[in-house]
Amino acid sequence: MGKIWRILLLLSVVTASGALLADDDEDEHEGRRGGHRSSDLPVLTHAAWETECSGCHMAYHPGLLPERSWRKLMDGLDKHFGENASLDDSVREDITRFLVANSADHSSARRSQKFAASIPANSTPLRISETRYFRAKHDEVKASVWKREKIGSPANCGACHQGAKEGDFSEDRVSIPR
Amino acid sequence: MRIDLAGVLLLLAASGAVQAASPQDMLKEYEAQAKREKSGFAGFSAARGEQLFRAKHTVDGKEVSCTTCHTSDPRQAGKTRANKEIKPMAPSVNGERFTDKAKTEKWFKRNCGDVLKRTCTSEEKGDFITFLLTVK
Repeated sequence: MGKIWRILLLLSVVTASGALLADDDEDEHEGRRGGHRSSDLPVLTHAAWETECSGCHMAYHPGLLPERSWRKLMDGLDKHFGENASLDDSVREDITRFLVANSADHSSARRSQKFAASIPANSTPLRISETRYFRAKHDEVKASVWKREKIGSPANCGACHQGAKEGDFSEDRVSIPR
Repeated sequence: MRIDLAGVLLLLAASGAVQAASPQDMLKEYEAQAKREKSGFAGFSAARGEQLFRAKHTVDGKEVSCTTCHTSDPRQAGKTRANKEIKPMAPSVNGERFTDKAKTEKWFKRNCGDVLKRTCTSEEKGDFITFLLTVK
């Protein structure tokens, strides 16, 4: 291979990787702190939250919705997206306190703050996927992709986000199943 | 101090609720309840339990049944509407089934409400478990 060609090849590789980086999510540049990205949601443990909320779906991180959303959701568990998900009062109150204390508008995690900032003050979304931040982040995902057998709907975070359970929604840990 | 006492009581209550029980123990409890609820109670029936499991109902214009989520084979894993796996219903393949009364009651309350639009009687609960115990 001639010298010119080698230089051209090298240049094209450099340009391509530059383009990839530029296309990357801004969160990817925040670096890791103690193995956890600063944009990540904190790893939380709460026995009742984990057991009860993961009965039918992943236990969604409290930092994905604001306090008013969690309160409204927990007040309507007997009609939870068309299903009865009612809990004993003591368990419900325990989980509500945990959700509120770690909700998007009470969190210092950058991603939580972005969720909170994307929701108009006069709206109280119950679905994380209804928030503007979520929509903007997933605008390239086609309807047909959401409906794939291994995904089903936007409710199934863990289908694509390998670190969803630990609050890691960074783009480099996304793998969309076929 | 009062909080500590409440915590201890809660722990005691919780440990009581998760005490290992067998499906047979649970059936005895439902049998005692069924006798109180229904004067002519004459024992549980696997056939009635199977009927309950497979019966189709129309809720909000949609046909639903226990089998909608649990599949028509209780030895198979099912799927929630949010796409999460539900472990098999038959105790022969899932030893955790009907070993925790509080959990069993929680799900009867929710699912009878969703599918039948009412609560289930103790007789129905016993029939249901009796049927599932026959599935090998």
